[in-house]
Amino acid sequence: MSKARKPRRASGRGKSMRRRARDFSSRPHLGISCGVSGPGIRVESAAAEQARRRGAAQAQTRGREDGGWVQKENCRPDGRELGEFRTTTVNVGSISTADGSALVKLGNTTVICGVKAEFAAPPTDAPDTGYVVPNVDLPPLCSSRFRSGPPGEEAQVASQFIADVIENSQIIQKEDLCISPGKLVWVLYCDLICLDYDGNILDACTFALLAALKNVQLPEVTINEETALAEVNLKKKSYLNVRTHPVATSFAVFDDTLLIVDPTGEEEHLATGTLTIVMDEEGKLCCLHKPGGSGLTGAKLQDCMSRAVTRHKEVKKLMDEVINSMKPK
Amino acid sequence: MEEEMHTDAKIRAETGTGSSPRGPGCSLRHFACEQNLLSRPDGSASFLQGVAEKSRERLIRNTCEAVVLGTLHPRTSITVVLQVVSDAGSLLACCLNAACMALVDAGVPMRALFCGVTCALDSDGTLMLDPTSKQEKEARAVLTFALDSVERKLLMSSTKGLYSDAELQQCLAAAQAASQHVFRFYRESLQRRYSKS
Repeated sequence: MSKARKPRRASGRGKSMRRRARDFSSRPHLGISCGVSGPGIRVESAAAEQARRRGAAQAQTRGREDGGWVQKENCRPDGRELGEFRTTTVNVGSISTADGSALVKLGNTTVICGVKAEFAAPPTDAPDTGYVVPNVDLPPLCSSRFRSGPPGEEAQVASQFIADVIENSQIIQKEDLCISPGKLVWVLYCDLICLDYDGNILDACTFALLAALKNVQLPEVTINEETALAEVNLKKKSYLNVRTHPVATSFAVFDDTLLIVDPTGEEEHLATGTLTIVMDEEGKLCCLHKPGGSGLTGAKLQDCMSRAVTRHKEVKKLMDEVINSMKPK
Repeated sequence: MEEEMHTDAKIRAETGTGSSPRGPGCSLRHFACEQNLLSRPDGSASFLQGVAEKSRERLIRNTCEAVVLGTLHPRTSITVVLQVVSDAGSLLACCLNAACMALVDAGVPMRALFCGVTCALDSDGTLMLDPTSKQEKEARAVLTFALDSVERKLLMSSTKGLYSDAELQQCLAAAQAASQHVFRFYRESLQRRYSKS
């Protein structure tokens, strides 16, 4: 059994951070797979990188003024460039009691998604469609701004956003969830729980949902003719047919002029507006979510679109790596 | 100290079944506005149920927050209550227009006016502005934008359905053109009101 190696961090001398997918296929009973995506392959001279990191450190010590430091230094307090995402980590199949699960970390923001499949009667107006029911939970443990009790506004808005993404992108054909038309269908309860809130919750939730749905395995169900009861065959499981791969890219707007990608909690708090674009592989948009905030011109919107396209490619690559490493060799 | 809005604005979109009378030169339906209609604006906040309503509220609230000059009124709560009288399609755009007119009527200082415009794309890519409920249901995608009056920038966007980037730009351009009609209507309506008194 090979020991899993820790990914070696770049020594900061201009080398890029390479991606490592830890392979646990030698221990199939754990069923875990993990992939890491660094901030993309970046080649820059050692001097330029040092200058950038020095600028970031200065910006931090100078204290936070509204966005002026970002414009001057062209980088953010954590050293990222304006169009750079945080390190994305995805871990699939970690919850053994769920039918599918995924844990996504975007820097410090952590979201776990668990999918449970249950039986239900189909709706009368569409007797051969199942249900996909998402629910986003922002518990007090993820951030001090949330209190325990009924879901607050942010959690409700996030749940509605995920429901819209599922509906608009047609990620799963609801007819695939039908067992017996008019009598029995699958309902997939997708529970997304935030474990650590550091901004950009919508991107993390969308990615977690996608990864979890790709991990879902549904057992074969047959309806017994005589007793009219459903018989579940747990030994025969098949993966869900995930048709599209919607990927969300969020931006924070400062003062109508500056757009930064993947805001942290602090940047979100200072921003005058946010924008989230959900794109699928053909460049089609599932959702353009801009809940108020400062205005954007058409040209700025175009820049966001192109960034969203690049992000989709990065995420797709990571997803494919993870799913391939899960397959039994 | 809390300041309450003692004015309310209601914009009614007149409906037509099938062939709705659309104003000449634009494809928006006819609209009318009455101001200062209700004397007791503390209407019911009881339709604040359901996740979809919460989402819509947040969109309207954030749009208003972006234009209202809140710093001129510290420690003030501005409550905007929207009551749906009838829904014949393009509800969110209508709510945005009503909210803007109410804020103007109340004299709340704003950096710009805003208006809501809805576009629907049907299966062969035809663009329809200000769709009816039936057209919205049959459309492939429905996009609602809030645009400001100064530079026609995009303040808020809420979309349903699948569409391409080119279609988005097309809809945005059409919405920007249509917003001119709405802002002209605001101006005329306010001129009429203040010329009488």
